[in-house]
Amino acid sequence: MKQKNPSVLKPLMRYVKPHMGLLFVSLIFAVISVAATLYAPILVGDAVDLIVTKDNVDFDGVRAVLIKLGITVAITAAAQWLMSLCTNKVTYYAVRDLRNDAFSNLQKLPLSYIDGTKQGDMISRLVSDIENVSDGLLMGFAQLFTGLVTIVGTLGFMLSINVRITLVVVFITPLSLFVARFISRNTFRLFKRQTEARGELTALAEEMVGSAKTIKAFSYQQEAEKRFEEDNQKLRSVWVRAVFFSSLTNPCTRFINGLVYTFTGIVGAFTAIGGGFTVGQLSCFLTYANQYTKPFNEISGVITELQSALAAAGRVLDVINEPCEKPDADDAYVLEAPDGTLRAENVRFSYVPEVPLIEDFSLDVKSGQHIAIVGPTGCGKTTFINLLMRFYDVTGGQIIVSGKPINECTRSSLRSSYGMVLQDTWLKTGTIKENIAYAKPDATMDEIVAAAKSAHCHSFIKRLSDGYDTVITEDGGSLSAGQKQLLCIARVMLSLPPMLILDEATSSIDTRTEILIQRAFTKMMQGRTSFIIAHRLSTIRDADCIIVMRSGHIVEQGTHDQLMTAGGFYASLYNSQFES
Amino acid sequence: MIKLFRYLKHYKLQSILGPLFKLTEACFELIVPIVMAKIIDVGIASEDSSYVLKMGGVLVLLGVLGLAASLTAQFFAAKASLGFGTELRRDLFRHIGTFSHKEIDRVGSSTLVTRMTVDINQAQTGINMLLRLFLRSPFIVIGAIIMAFTISVKLTLIFLIASPLLALMIFLVMKLTVPMFKRIQKRLDKTTLMVGENLSGVRVIRAFSRQKDEEKQFKENADELLDLQIKAGRISALTNPCTYLIVYAAIIVIIWFGGVNVNIGGITQGELIALISYMNQILLALLAVALLVTSLTRAQASSARINEVFEIKPSITDEGNTTVEPDETAPAVCFENVSFSYHDNEEYALKDISFTAAKGETVGIIGGTGCGKSTLVSLIPRFYECSSGSVKVKGSSVKIYPFDQLRGLIGYVPQKAELFRGTIRDNMRYRKRDATDEEITEALDIAQALSFVSEKPDGLDTVLVSGGKNLSGGQRQRLTVARALVGRPEILILDDSASALDLATDAALRKAIAAKTEGMTVFIVSQRVSSIRYADKILVLDDGVLAGIGTHEELLQGCELYSEICQSQQYTDGKGAAQ
Repeated sequence: MKQKNPSVLKPLMRYVKPHMGLLFVSLIFAVISVAATLYAPILVGDAVDLIVTKDNVDFDGVRAVLIKLGITVAITAAAQWLMSLCTNKVTYYAVRDLRNDAFSNLQKLPLSYIDGTKQGDMISRLVSDIENVSDGLLMGFAQLFTGLVTIVGTLGFMLSINVRITLVVVFITPLSLFVARFISRNTFRLFKRQTEARGELTALAEEMVGSAKTIKAFSYQQEAEKRFEEDNQKLRSVWVRAVFFSSLTNPCTRFINGLVYTFTGIVGAFTAIGGGFTVGQLSCFLTYANQYTKPFNEISGVITELQSALAAAGRVLDVINEPCEKPDADDAYVLEAPDGTLRAENVRFSYVPEVPLIEDFSLDVKSGQHIAIVGPTGCGKTTFINLLMRFYDVTGGQIIVSGKPINECTRSSLRSSYGMVLQDTWLKTGTIKENIAYAKPDATMDEIVAAAKSAHCHSFIKRLSDGYDTVITEDGGSLSAGQKQLLCIARVMLSLPPMLILDEATSSIDTRTEILIQRAFTKMMQGRTSFIIAHRLSTIRDADCIIVMRSGHIVEQGTHDQLMTAGGFYASLYNSQFES
Repeated sequence: MIKLFRYLKHYKLQSILGPLFKLTEACFELIVPIVMAKIIDVGIASEDSSYVLKMGGVLVLLGVLGLAASLTAQFFAAKASLGFGTELRRDLFRHIGTFSHKEIDRVGSSTLVTRMTVDINQAQTGINMLLRLFLRSPFIVIGAIIMAFTISVKLTLIFLIASPLLALMIFLVMKLTVPMFKRIQKRLDKTTLMVGENLSGVRVIRAFSRQKDEEKQFKENADELLDLQIKAGRISALTNPCTYLIVYAAIIVIIWFGGVNVNIGGITQGELIALISYMNQILLALLAVALLVTSLTRAQASSARINEVFEIKPSITDEGNTTVEPDETAPAVCFENVSFSYHDNEEYALKDISFTAAKGETVGIIGGTGCGKSTLVSLIPRFYECSSGSVKVKGSSVKIYPFDQLRGLIGYVPQKAELFRGTIRDNMRYRKRDATDEEITEALDIAQALSFVSEKPDGLDTVLVSGGKNLSGGQRQRLTVARALVGRPEILILDDSASALDLATDAALRKAIAAKTEGMTVFIVSQRVSSIRYADKILVLDDGVLAGIGTHEELLQGCELYSEICQSQQYTDGKGAAQ
């Protein structure tokens, strides 16, 4: 909260800590590999110095140097590989732990947080942001470290050979850094515009292609093409510039490298003529001149990556640090076999303090009673479920189940007292069997089939190619909405708790399936306290109490006859059904 | 990818000049070691400082020329690749536009969107890389070998052995790791799926207190991902050390045999250094290739996916159709023994349907999901082609109409309320491009949308975000109804378009349509009896077969399925007691 960067790095270190030893080893390997890499050109130079002219070659000397070179190269290669292995291990383990922590916190976050987050945003935090951390931060760190060691090492080696030429290299090299910086600063603006233009085009394509059927229905294709082509051309001109300017970095820095190389060559040659320098040393210097500039170019890239990785890490840590639901108290009451009574006492609730939704709501439900919740679409009927299930806590008053205030019960025992079937049918990717046994993973096949039979889905499951082992793909896939709802009912049937929360379907369920669902509902509701988000007149009229909601508020409450006599909102809602 | 090269044809010049300039740059770069060798052999040996300076000047000049050549190459590459992307994007968009519903169903519109955006961008980047960088490495490798050849034929043999060895090594690493990276990607996709599923199912998961199990499954997947990553990392981490090993092995051999050669007077010391430089250049060039191959494989895969789309041919076209003279006396819509199946040789979704809808009639269509209601009405605008029989609009088969004319007669309200970015006014002009505000207001009024639109501070100028997500489901649905009504279509099709409306609004909407659209033939598809109760004609569909046709009263008497539906919905006509 206070400072941004330290607050990201420190918690992030927690994930690296268990692998500190490995990290340390990897740094040692980095130093070894850099040192050996830098030593190789010296040996090559030494060898070249022993090969002067015709009949002036010291073969014994050359052999000795080459053997040393061979060993050095072998060490370099080994150290490089081992270093990568260590960094990989540290990175992948740290990232896995980070991801697991984020996911496990997701299970504990209050519903209010989850409802307020866009799903896509959360997914990108747990997937691409974490990948970013692994690529940018951890791998980037390794690169940064080797880069720095290389620079320091090269400087040391060069200084040990010749101070004057070293100075030439040192003074010219930063030029390439400046050039790179200059280019990236100027292309940044272009890239921003390009990103905007591309976003615009993507959005248009998403709309026009994603809604192709609607476009066709209105013969809008040509118009769409025209608009698309306009954006397309706009994007092109911005994009060409952005791509061109960003691709300048590479040739420009290469040019600077060339200059460094040339000046090293010239100054080196002069020094050699003056006699202070051998040809072999010159060849070694030329290799260094190439090597020295490389890490500079890389580091500027790594730093940008590090920045975006830090930002990504921040977003992931936000999820991990988000306060969880208040855990159940140690002495929280475990609801066992609740008697099906429920009492709401002066309940107050609001999502945001400024907009009170439920004020002073009281209700007394006896065991086995049926409560219907009615109101127009979007009137906030889910609020009611949120409070019953304690997805949200009431802001005032209390709800008492089976004589116990629900705030004093464990959440899991409270929630398992209810069987919940929502209209928004959610099934997990997995087999049908697993889905039905969701509440009781160790259920036997007989229990599963029995539940499926009483939810009227046994017959259609049997007709599926793999029966109970049919895998339900993402979001139900090939099953119809009605079939999915029947499966959700079967899921509840398996354990059948003493209280029910049911959501009647409004549409997209065919009549015959609806009859089946209705029968299943009726069967479940027998003798059970039930809260029904009701659309069917019979359910509403037969309810022991009707709660009428409108734009988030509970506006009326009573039996059908009471409410009709009152002639309020419910009465007009009821009557409108029969106008034509 | 090669198939898509045709999109470079307008950029032939740039696509040839780009690599050509790159080649020039590579040549300049390859001359450098030779010049350096001269400095050593001539300049230092004869202590001639002016020669050293002169050659230094040559090096700077080579650098400047190289820079110029490379900038030109980048420019041409950017031009060509972006031109490629732009034309490809336009053509693909146009091509997708010719698809009928059948193709869209088969491929899926979200897939098409990805092809349009992500895949084209990948292919474009690939082309840019190809023109800019990929050709450079082979140039350098081949050039370095040629240069080595000019120095010493015998020593070039070492180059000829080392280069293929390097290529083989890179190839092997790729071959081993690419499938592993694909599996890693799959695991990552699964991670995405799990997170998404957990968010959308959070209430169910908590209701059943299954958080711990979800965590366990997630961790299992994470462990498998870790395992794969470490395995793949082990192999791909070999690339650099191996390249390094091979190159330095070659350098050791060069020094040894070079020494032998120098000893007998074959080559000079400076030339030996040049040979070593060439080997180093090959090293750098190949390391660059390894990096590039990944993005090129990606571009290759994207290109294949784009080509897949291009290979799909639309199954319905209006090519060659000319404007039809409608017969005003004929029924507005007429189905004659129409049968239809979504996929050839599959079970019929509609079987032998015949009926007529006279001008001005309201036709209700009811039946369970999957019974073919939506299919039936989507045959009228010829979204799909019937397999046998014929669908006639105003006396002529829909097959002979140009799409624009046919669909211009129809106002279609799809099940899914899709609105577009732009103002409400823009959205209201999809059917009639030049609709006036009066026409729009009238349509909004009928669709029961006028009140909420005029309550908005910006009225018709209210800007909708993508998909109209800043409106409620019911509001969106009413706007799609209004959109279809603008410009008074002769045929209005409501495909279960009231599902998000509460009963009162639904009733008011039907009332307004009945009262204010005289002469319009209206099709109402619904699951609710109340929605179609007062239609002039009700079609009852059962599994693709017409189970009954007639008015509500007639069907209650004569159609068992219909009375069953009424019973299940406890539909009582509003007068009598519950049945």
